[in-house]
Amino acid sequence: MKIKICLLLLALAITVPGFGQGELRFCLHADPKTFNPLLVDDDASEAVRYLTGGVLVRLNRRTQQLEPELATAWKVSPDGRRIEFTLRPGIKFSDGTPFGAEDVAFTMKSLMDPELHSPIGDGFRSANGDMHFQILPKNRIAITFPAPVAGLDKLFDQVSMMSAHSPEKERAVLGPFVVADYKPGSYVELKRNPNYWKKDSAGRHLPYLDAVRLDIQQNREIEVMRFKRGEVQLINSLDGEYYDRLQPQMRSELFDSGPSFDSEQMWFNQSPAAKIPEYKLAWFRSTQFRQAISSAINRQDLVRLVFNNHATPAIGPISPANKFWFNSKLKPHAYDQSAAIRLLVKAGFRMQGGVLHDAQGHAVEFSIITNAGNQARERMAAVIQQDLAGIGIKVGVVTLDFPSLIERMTRTFNYEACLLGLNNNGLDPNDQMAVWLSSGDNHQWNPAQKSPATAWEAEVDKLMRAQASATSATKRKALFDKVQEIAWEQQPFIYLVHKNALSAVSKEVHGAEPVALSPQTYWQIEKLRVTIERASR
Amino acid sequence: MTRLQFISVLLLIVTYSIALGAKLLAPADYAVQFRETPNQPPSAQFLLGTDELGRDRLSRLFYACQTSLLLAPAAAALSTLLAAIVGTAAGYTGGWFEKLTMAGVDLFLSLPWLFLIITVRAVLPLNVAPAISVLVTFAILGCLGWAASARVVCAGVRNLRSSGFMLNARALGCRRSRLLAMQLAPNVKPVLWAQFLVSIPVFVLAEANLSMLGLGVAEPLPSLGGLMRELENFSGLSAQPWRLAPLAVLVVCVSAFQVLSRGREVEA
Repeated sequence: MKIKICLLLLALAITVPGFGQGELRFCLHADPKTFNPLLVDDDASEAVRYLTGGVLVRLNRRTQQLEPELATAWKVSPDGRRIEFTLRPGIKFSDGTPFGAEDVAFTMKSLMDPELHSPIGDGFRSANGDMHFQILPKNRIAITFPAPVAGLDKLFDQVSMMSAHSPEKERAVLGPFVVADYKPGSYVELKRNPNYWKKDSAGRHLPYLDAVRLDIQQNREIEVMRFKRGEVQLINSLDGEYYDRLQPQMRSELFDSGPSFDSEQMWFNQSPAAKIPEYKLAWFRSTQFRQAISSAINRQDLVRLVFNNHATPAIGPISPANKFWFNSKLKPHAYDQSAAIRLLVKAGFRMQGGVLHDAQGHAVEFSIITNAGNQARERMAAVIQQDLAGIGIKVGVVTLDFPSLIERMTRTFNYEACLLGLNNNGLDPNDQMAVWLSSGDNHQWNPAQKSPATAWEAEVDKLMRAQASATSATKRKALFDKVQEIAWEQQPFIYLVHKNALSAVSKEVHGAEPVALSPQTYWQIEKLRVTIERASR
Repeated sequence: MTRLQFISVLLLIVTYSIALGAKLLAPADYAVQFRETPNQPPSAQFLLGTDELGRDRLSRLFYACQTSLLLAPAAAALSTLLAAIVGTAAGYTGGWFEKLTMAGVDLFLSLPWLFLIITVRAVLPLNVAPAISVLVTFAILGCLGWAASARVVCAGVRNLRSSGFMLNARALGCRRSRLLAMQLAPNVKPVLWAQFLVSIPVFVLAEANLSMLGLGVAEPLPSLGGLMRELENFSGLSAQPWRLAPLAVLVVCVSAFQVLSRGREVEA
């Protein structure tokens, strides 16, 4: 009789769709480089950190506003140097060790340890000097920095708390899952954290899922095939081509969340160390030349032909997806080849037999380098090539393996123009300091300048420094708006498109609300459910 | 000539005629983008449809044949020439020189030539025209592809060196240069011809492999390998089988060369 009941229950379990006790599967595109949450600087490690780490405050990926997590309240001082957190009581790490103010102090000390070289720690380093901690009554802690830190509270979204006392060190976590198993090149298995503190409105312990399996799969094509077969249930950053191919059969499982934070751009080499003729350097340093090139490129065609309409023409360094920092007053760059020719004529160029020549009679031609193997960029380069042929400019496209490309961009400066993308994971303009400061290494068109080469670069330096030290968000926004205006006018980077944030979520997954900001599909992982029906496959 | 060899020759003649006459036969220039009609299926205007940028697939296929199928034999000729020089010198001299040369050949065969090609391409000037870049790529392939053939040539020459007619010629006081030119060369020729034919598909495939990595022929110039990069997204092929056309051409040509080289090897 007992056996019959068991069999009946088993039959019900595998035939009746229901929620809970399930395993969610999706792919990482590389092995995580580290499981230490303070050392994360790659996407795979970031995914593991997001799923396992507990943070004091969490950025809501939809509203882009901070929400309380391990801290129930927080307050930044008017001078931007001090932040005070009120910690949630009764929280325990996954190994049962209690969480408190000492753990916050330990995490921050570890993060700022120069020996650790934490990429996250760099965001907090506004000046030399030590941090000071003050453990206050009623579960509060205050952290004082040597100088104001712009966007201080938002930086804590990246800081996973570590235990000061647990013998398991970074393996003791406060997030919804813990790392249970890792097989390099194959998978990372996460199990539910038994001590996770969150509950749903009905008082049920979160997360709903029992486990998350992260299969390591570099090949996007295989990832898509596995999604179609139901072997994985989420795909983040789906390629436009795959999106279109899946659409006829899986329309309801695909999501286009609008422009992402990433941008595709080209720029001209303006470095004095550039191994290119002086007359070409003079073209590239001419604002009107750059503006003309920008006007002659049909961004709508790039969006339509290269990205199958799953992209948005770019206006400047900040994507419209970044609700607060995007300067909505900037006009889109119009595609107008006649205007481009007028600008070039004004700058001393002239058209001769359909070929553009400079004032000294040199035919205008240059090469664009880009990374080999990226078909979208190669197609973009081909579109740009034909667009610029329309204003009499001959463009050569050279694809290089990535190390050679980086070597040319950063060491030898032996290139003329470059087409690449920029991945922006952060919302704050401070994340782009190394790009906009003339002394920055990522100031690609003319990096690591001893003093600003142009007046507008000096102005940008001033504005970036001012916004970094300002504590009022409104003031910072006004200053960074001005930077965006200068970038729009001068076009040191010719911003082309922002790819749309595309994702796929299986029908078996419930509660997902894909957004543009990473992690697109599982940003509220603890609320995701999978139907048990999958178990019967 | 067998029937299969005859068909192979016929297929190669047709393909090479198209490759040589690409400029006359292609309905459009390979680089022209008909941007209002991207990703079109085959139609009266575009017999093989258009690619993502609206470029006529048929025209690009004709020009790709020109790039890949004309330059691969040139690279094969270069590598066979180098193999002939090294193999003959080693095989004819024999002794320690042969051992040393063959050790060098073994070393050369073990080189990671893909990285060498990537490195050489990386140091090429950026402003070279795509056609020059293609020539350089095939020249590098030719310069790197001689080692395996050199071993075969060396073995062939070694056998000939101790053959009766060579001993007779030497006994009659024939000079070394005359011995090489009049006695050895005609007898090595079938081996070289077979090696040449075997090398052609190898170089076509090598270019295809390089292009699949994005390191072959630069845009917008098409090559068979470059066109086959579209096949990376194989899940859409059942809906668009015409995208397989470059692969079909490659398979036909490589098979035809294989059939001919087999015949030659048997003769040799």
